[in-house]
Amino acid sequence: MIINHPLLGPRDAQEFTYLGDAGLINRPYWLSENALREFHDYLHLRENPAGLHRELWFHEQGDRSWLVVTRDTTTHEITKVELARDVARANRAAEVMQ
Amino acid sequence: MRYSALRLIKESLTGHKGWGPQWRDPDPKDAYDYVIIGGGGHGLATAYYLAKEFQGARIAVLEKGWIGGGNVGRNTTIIRSNYLLDGNEPFYEFSLKLWENLEQDLNYNAMVSQRGILNLVHTDAQRDAARRRGNAMILNGSDAELLDTDGVRAMYPFLNFDNARFPIKGGLLHRRGGTVRHDAVAWGYARGADQRGVDIIQNCEVTGFKIEDGRVLGVETSRGFIGAKKVGVSVAGSSSRVMAMAGMRLPIESHVLQAFVSEGLKPFIPGVITYGAGHFYCSQSDKGGLVFGGDIDGYNSYAQRGNLPVVEDVIESGMSLIPGLGRARLLRSWGGIMDMSMDGSPFIDKTHIEGLYFNGGWCYGGFKATPAAGFCFAHLLKTDRPHETAKAYRLDRFMTGHMIDEKGQGAQPNLH
Repeated sequence: MIINHPLLGPRDAQEFTYLGDAGLINRPYWLSENALREFHDYLHLRENPAGLHRELWFHEQGDRSWLVVTRDTTTHEITKVELARDVARANRAAEVMQ
Repeated sequence: MRYSALRLIKESLTGHKGWGPQWRDPDPKDAYDYVIIGGGGHGLATAYYLAKEFQGARIAVLEKGWIGGGNVGRNTTIIRSNYLLDGNEPFYEFSLKLWENLEQDLNYNAMVSQRGILNLVHTDAQRDAARRRGNAMILNGSDAELLDTDGVRAMYPFLNFDNARFPIKGGLLHRRGGTVRHDAVAWGYARGADQRGVDIIQNCEVTGFKIEDGRVLGVETSRGFIGAKKVGVSVAGSSSRVMAMAGMRLPIESHVLQAFVSEGLKPFIPGVITYGAGHFYCSQSDKGGLVFGGDIDGYNSYAQRGNLPVVEDVIESGMSLIPGLGRARLLRSWGGIMDMSMDGSPFIDKTHIEGLYFNGGWCYGGFKATPAAGFCFAHLLKTDRPHETAKAYRLDRFMTGHMIDEKGQGAQPNLH
């Protein structure tokens, strides 16, 4: 698989390590009333779709950036690559808007 | 029809015209007491034990394709009972005991071959870990024997003993482990279940559950609605997809695991060898092909095929252990989809929906578990209580802190 890094261009997926579902960016608030349940779900009940999946990859043997890769789990085709930092900022902005 | 030597002689004298189909091909009825989703090893074993051991009646197995076409037809056929933790080892030992009596029980030649599994060690720390594991196995009624370098050399003289980085210092030998003809397991259970009245319905894909007031009433399928008092889901690889139809999220990721087989060679590996310095294991099939595998690819996948970097990694590991492997040509490789759970251990449990039961999360250890998983799942379906050896396989164990993490990797499915 080739991951088209937003800063470095196309890189072999072997340079990266895989973490998993990009939902892991959205860490629950540790003082929330249901923190135990929320952290349980956050850590263990991840998205596992057959089809498009947004997932975290770490460019360990490159610039050590975290990426959010949108990939089809039935074909391994990668359709979108973003910096995880940008995704996290966008998530936070969306939260504030609410 | 019972299979026997006498029968074989009779048939061979009469042109083999008397063999009937091994199971019927029935149309689905309107309703059953038990519906098992998934006609793989686990689903068929569940139906078999439900009918045989627990006097279950009106049982159907629904399979979207053909039986035995999933992971029971895609594995590397190894059976073993060499786990460390209390939640696991009694279960796998129970499974191995069922394997030992499987062919007599099913009246079916599954080619169960207890040829022994050798886990190699390369450092002092690994030897300590192997000794500890061996003791845990013996305490749970399994067998284990710690070999030194000479002991390993006597068994497998062709291994790379003097590898500068990973010299072989010994191994943990589990003599009762071995291999089984994987397809025959599915077929044997299917035949046994069919003989006891189980309807095995192929080309019947479940498309939804009918759930009212927190109780399951049946399943929608590509062949119409089928009512059921109890529904057992046993669909490793697709667990998340099927349970999502019941509105559930599971502590499971789907990953692809590749396996390989070489051209047929003269017998030279009598047992199963696992490498301690890389993820590689190898055995030789009765046809002569070397059957081997290694790590999962490491990313979520439903594709049933992997990528080349892992192929290279597995072959490199193999070459560093068995240099002679380089002389063999690879015949084929394939991929199967694993339910990788968050702690590397499986689930056999009720769900919060009355009448809906789940068996899955087997990571890449589902094949060896087939008999016990079927037995324990049948026990749960019939009695609503977990079997003694499977009571740790709960869906809520991450909430209560009772994880069964053999490798101590934490909630990182691609590392288990």
